[in-house]
Amino acid sequence: MSDAEASGTGSLRRLWEQDAAKIVALLAIIYGAYLVSGLVLGYSIRGQLNSMASLTFYIGVFATLALALNLHWGYTGLFNIGVVGFMAVGIYVMAFVSKPLYGSTGAAQVGGLGLPIPVGILVGMLAAAALGFVVALPALRLRADYLAIVTIAMSEIVRFTFLSSTFQQFQFPYTLAGDTTRVGFGGGSGLILDFPDPLLAFIDVVGLSGAYDGLVGVVGAIVPNNPEPIVHSLVYGLVLLGVVAGYFWLLKRTGESPFGRVLKAIREDEDVARALGKNTDRFKIVSFMLGCALMGLAGILWLMGQGAVTPNFFRPRLTFFVWIALIIGGAGSNTGSVMGGAVFAAVLYQGPLYFQNVVTSVFQPGEAPSSFGPAVSPLISGFDPMPFLLYTLDSVRQLQLVVMGVALIWLMHNRPQGMLGHRKETAAAIPLGRPGGGAGRGGGSNADADPTPKTDGDGGGGEAGE
Amino acid sequence: MASGTEAGVTETPGRWLEFAVDRPLTMVFAVIGLVLLGSLVWGLLVSGAVTFARLGSLVWDGVMRGLVIGLAGIGLSMTYSILNFANFSHGDYITSGAFAGWATTYAIAGFGRADIGSLLLVGAGGSVFGGALGIGVTTTPVAVVAGIVVAGITTVLLALGIDRAVYKPIRDESGITLLITSIGVAFALRYLIQFVFGSSVRGTTAAGSIPQASLYFVDGVVRIDAHDATLLVVAGGLMLGVHLLLQTTKLGKAMRAMSDNEDLARVTGIPTERVVRSTWIIGGGLTGVAGYVFILWKGTLGFNDGWLLLLLIFAAVILGGIGSIYGAIAGGLVIGIAASISVIWIPAAFSRAAAFVVMIVILLVRPQGLFSGRSTA
Repeated sequence: MSDAEASGTGSLRRLWEQDAAKIVALLAIIYGAYLVSGLVLGYSIRGQLNSMASLTFYIGVFATLALALNLHWGYTGLFNIGVVGFMAVGIYVMAFVSKPLYGSTGAAQVGGLGLPIPVGILVGMLAAAALGFVVALPALRLRADYLAIVTIAMSEIVRFTFLSSTFQQFQFPYTLAGDTTRVGFGGGSGLILDFPDPLLAFIDVVGLSGAYDGLVGVVGAIVPNNPEPIVHSLVYGLVLLGVVAGYFWLLKRTGESPFGRVLKAIREDEDVARALGKNTDRFKIVSFMLGCALMGLAGILWLMGQGAVTPNFFRPRLTFFVWIALIIGGAGSNTGSVMGGAVFAAVLYQGPLYFQNVVTSVFQPGEAPSSFGPAVSPLISGFDPMPFLLYTLDSVRQLQLVVMGVALIWLMHNRPQGMLGHRKETAAAIPLGRPGGGAGRGGGSNADADPTPKTDGDGGGGEAGE
Repeated sequence: MASGTEAGVTETPGRWLEFAVDRPLTMVFAVIGLVLLGSLVWGLLVSGAVTFARLGSLVWDGVMRGLVIGLAGIGLSMTYSILNFANFSHGDYITSGAFAGWATTYAIAGFGRADIGSLLLVGAGGSVFGGALGIGVTTTPVAVVAGIVVAGITTVLLALGIDRAVYKPIRDESGITLLITSIGVAFALRYLIQFVFGSSVRGTTAAGSIPQASLYFVDGVVRIDAHDATLLVVAGGLMLGVHLLLQTTKLGKAMRAMSDNEDLARVTGIPTERVVRSTWIIGGGLTGVAGYVFILWKGTLGFNDGWLLLLLIFAAVILGGIGSIYGAIAGGLVIGIAASISVIWIPAAFSRAAAFVVMIVILLVRPQGLFSGRSTA
């Protein structure tokens, strides 16, 4: 028994290393492609560093969100298309708790409760989980597509709430003595996040401010002019990648625990799970709330350092971005979620904008036509494609959404299982691989990473396969 | 609990108590509903916070909105029950129909007065204004009727084309796969429309020159204009037409059979693919026309209009019971009126939220919808 367990954990580690290798390789390809195309087109070093930083940032946020969504959809089979609602609650409640008291700083229209940032983050996550509870309690009894509609409606209700002038500002007691302070959510004009810079505070707490200052000095040697913002965003991106690793670890542990096995059993067949005496509703609610808390944290991490937050940032299309990321990677696989987040961020989300930036800075094209009419009429009358190309370049932000839509359709037609192929987390607790046929599959790990070719046929086929 | 069973033996109050114990949620919502109704009656009769005329105007506004939602909802409801998936691109079919129809209307109403490109782009970039062209159902009736027809036809063609290219290859996949695919279609359509027609919200009708009638209603007036009447006539007529079509032809029977059990329908010789095509034709046509008259009624057009309407349409369809066209119509009216009169109690920013809450309440209390079991006519 202990022997089998030891070899199980050993192979598990090997597999995990392979998955990690895949992720690292993918990131290397992405960064390499960005660096090379920037170099070839003569991008400045400052521009290169900035684009690296924002690329890392978006890879981080989309990977965390895809992982959290994977807990809902990939593990438990809950079709949540209200992701933005939980993100919004996370950051807004965090801001409510952590913004300084009204009047203590100059700019803000409303204040907060002035509590430390970690407290704010915790309360924000709890609030997102609480909203998840409110949504899940009734919605779990419904069919998957009804849950979808309820969650998206909920995310819109959340947006309207933060948008409305009713909650723009109000009085709130902040001490037990009954003193009140002016707080609120800022309405449509948004909320200024005027707490101290969270990254610098974090670095201070872990005692790395010396290293940080040193890094600023190093970068300052390359980019003499104001290097601090570049370092700041690069370090923030690295912290986010650390958070991705944390999410990955948490979900892996959750998935392999008895709790996670019940979740997978629910995904495969809820009636069977219930027949085995599991209170499936409770498991689903807990899983939903955990995922919502993680989404809340992702929302906080996305917007905490941005200086301000507006309700219309949380439009439903952001939810669908996360879904596309998850589907690219393949729902059900944590490695896939991270890789999907990275590919989505690099290719579909940042790629077109980067392309636009590079082209504009290299070729310095003239003014683009302001609308479709002036863009097309030279093409029809004089076969002059230039205005149309300029208009297309100028409209990259819209066209990138068209591309995302087409990519989603293509994926659902040709590769609904995601880029890694079929690798749902199996529901079984024991390795399902052939005994003696090389390393067996560790509980909850994935088929493709197995050294033996394709164990899907004998083991996975019965449990997780179709 | 003990008192509940004990009381069950006795007369009426006991039955109420039993109901309250059995379905506490329903009871809570009923109480909330009564409180809201009570406050409305109090406001109308005692405190005078709400006038009858204001209530009348709000209800009329809600009916108009509800007709649009219902008309577009019929198509959604039909595809939902027959193809078994929630079509998230339905809202953008509405937008597509609206833009196609309004391009036609602009082209006819403004012919010779502005260059044809700007007209066909519905005045993208502020090149032509609907108000300046004097568009309205009384001033340019031909252009409006042509617009309605083109909106319907274009949406039918679009729905059939998308079905052939996108949905047909994955017809047998699960509803969730189709749902996700339809999100992709929605994205592609919406932002292509934005790419071509621009992102500005434009005024489409000559707001000042629409004939209006003021109806006296208890303590004030309710204003009704010619575009309200047009919407009423078009939506009512089409709803009646669909009702007759599905009641009196074999098509309706085939659709009912298919939504019950597709395999069984095919075994009995129903040409299922042809039924699917008819579904898209009827649904798409109604949706396109709904989009056109919605824009005629509200007087502005933007690339987001259909998407913003979509969740309300889902609410209506679920409220009425998926697959039932009467359900879609009734649900549309309920959702429209709820969103409209909610401003009596809550700030206007929450009117759409109120409609969603009504939907969620119905899902909790009666998940199968109000008209369940009476699918497709």
